[in-house]
Amino acid sequence: MSEDQIKNLEKEFEARIARDEKIEPKDWMPEKYRQTHIRQMSQHAHSEIIGMLPEGNWITRAPSLRRKVALLAKVQDEAGHGLYLYSATETLGISRDQMYEQLHTGKAKYSSIFNYPTLTWADMGAIGWLVDGAAIINQVPLCNTSYGPYARAMIRVCKEESFHQRQGYEIMIKLANGTPEQKEMAQDALNRWWWPSLMMLGPTDDKSVHTAQSMKWKLKRKTNDELRQQFIDQTVPQADLIGLTVPDPDLKWNEERGSYDFGEIDWDEFWQVVKGHGPMNKARMKARVGAWERGQWVRDAAMAHAEKKEERKQKQAV
Amino acid sequence: MKNENLYNYILGIADNSLILGQRMGELCGHGPTLETDIACTNISLDLFGQVRSYFQYAAKIAGDGRTEDDIAMLRKEREYKNVLLAEQPNTNFAYTIARHFLFDVYHFSFLNELQKSSDLTLSAIANKCIKEVSYHERFSSDWVKRLGDGTEESNQKMQEAINDLWTYTDELFHQTEADKVMVEDGVGVDVTKLKDNYYKSVGELLNKARLNTPESKWFQKGGKIGIHTEHLGYLLADLQYMQRTYPNMEW
Repeated sequence: MSEDQIKNLEKEFEARIARDEKIEPKDWMPEKYRQTHIRQMSQHAHSEIIGMLPEGNWITRAPSLRRKVALLAKVQDEAGHGLYLYSATETLGISRDQMYEQLHTGKAKYSSIFNYPTLTWADMGAIGWLVDGAAIINQVPLCNTSYGPYARAMIRVCKEESFHQRQGYEIMIKLANGTPEQKEMAQDALNRWWWPSLMMLGPTDDKSVHTAQSMKWKLKRKTNDELRQQFIDQTVPQADLIGLTVPDPDLKWNEERGSYDFGEIDWDEFWQVVKGHGPMNKARMKARVGAWERGQWVRDAAMAHAEKKEERKQKQAV
Repeated sequence: MKNENLYNYILGIADNSLILGQRMGELCGHGPTLETDIACTNISLDLFGQVRSYFQYAAKIAGDGRTEDDIAMLRKEREYKNVLLAEQPNTNFAYTIARHFLFDVYHFSFLNELQKSSDLTLSAIANKCIKEVSYHERFSSDWVKRLGDGTEESNQKMQEAINDLWTYTDELFHQTEADKVMVEDGVGVDVTKLKDNYYKSVGELLNKARLNTPESKWFQKGGKIGIHTEHLGYLLADLQYMQRTYPNMEW
């Protein structure tokens, strides 16, 4: 294809996005669009899969049968999200095995928040309330993103995430209204998860390398700082309502802006965790890679069985 | 308790689902493929759903204010009545599959009979559970076939798991005193009558899966009267942790 032809295609492509048309797998797309989407969508899928581990950690110890069933269902939803997102990413010409390979070798990232440990039952509440809450803020705009398969997957994902968020908040309500010990457990979880949740919305706009391009492709509709402000404004009143204190001494309602002012985020900690030095980075990867390696003989057997079955069928046909 | 035999009978059924559900729950996020993770979590969910139906009914029968969670989480080890098979660990995926397969075949035929119970609640629960369990049986049978037929390694691993767990199969067909009374009352299932068909179906499937049916006639028993393997204590330590550490609280 000549350079001019490519330029024309690119122009037409950008015009389609500007008209809010969806880009579908078989449509022509610039290589950078494809690669950016593979990066973001697979990272999203990996986050769902790694995210199963910190919550899976409490399935066997959930405090009641009702909570156990709800937690199991939630973690199962996450596995389901991983499955749709891997499938949606496969439409861009990469296989699930290749994506796993990138995850297992550390080439692909996942949401850093899952590198923090879940130490008490209240962490199940805090994750649902804060982590899923921040995820929804990140993800709702993606229901209108330009890439069709991603946008459609996100519609379903967001519905389930908003259910998880309510479920998490409900755990916190119960604890906050419970015994002093339970309330303390809830406050401690909020203290530990608050700042990592703010970091989850990404580096500040001046440090974010992907924002400009992603906004153009509608892979992002608001900047990280706007999303963070939205999360804080929405979450602080929820904490107030159940008598928990957001662990930020600088947090203050700003009448003029109609928003909360908040304290400095420890970005050193953020980058440390992103670079693999968070409390649980090694353990999460070890669990993931371990499960994959221990499952190799199982996957080999399933493949071998399927091939043999096909062979037997063909022989019978002859 | 007025209806102690019925209460104990229900616990005998429900404890199997409770302990197996707990074992399946351990695997969440650690399975060989994402699809098996989803299936294992789903089976665990089904089993805990069943447990809740049974224990809510048992709590009503006890009638002294105890709840489903008290029954599930606040008994001593010797008071759990599950079969030994249910508590065996997830040594590897073959053991997980073998344990479920050997239980599911029994579970399906048991629920099939329990649907005819003169106790309408039990019959309704059985009617709901059997749909789920028919899926569990399909899942575990399919995997027995895949692993048995797949590679030499998977065949060996599957055979080893079947051989090791075989010793726990006979107990499925034992009757406790409560069981016998319940059978006489038309409430319970006479499990002794399920035995021949069970070994026949299991043997046929193993054969299809290129696996040998173990010949050993030595069987372990005791779970139904609360004498368990060493594995159960650790499983209960997890299951009961919150209720023991923070007694009398609501969650």
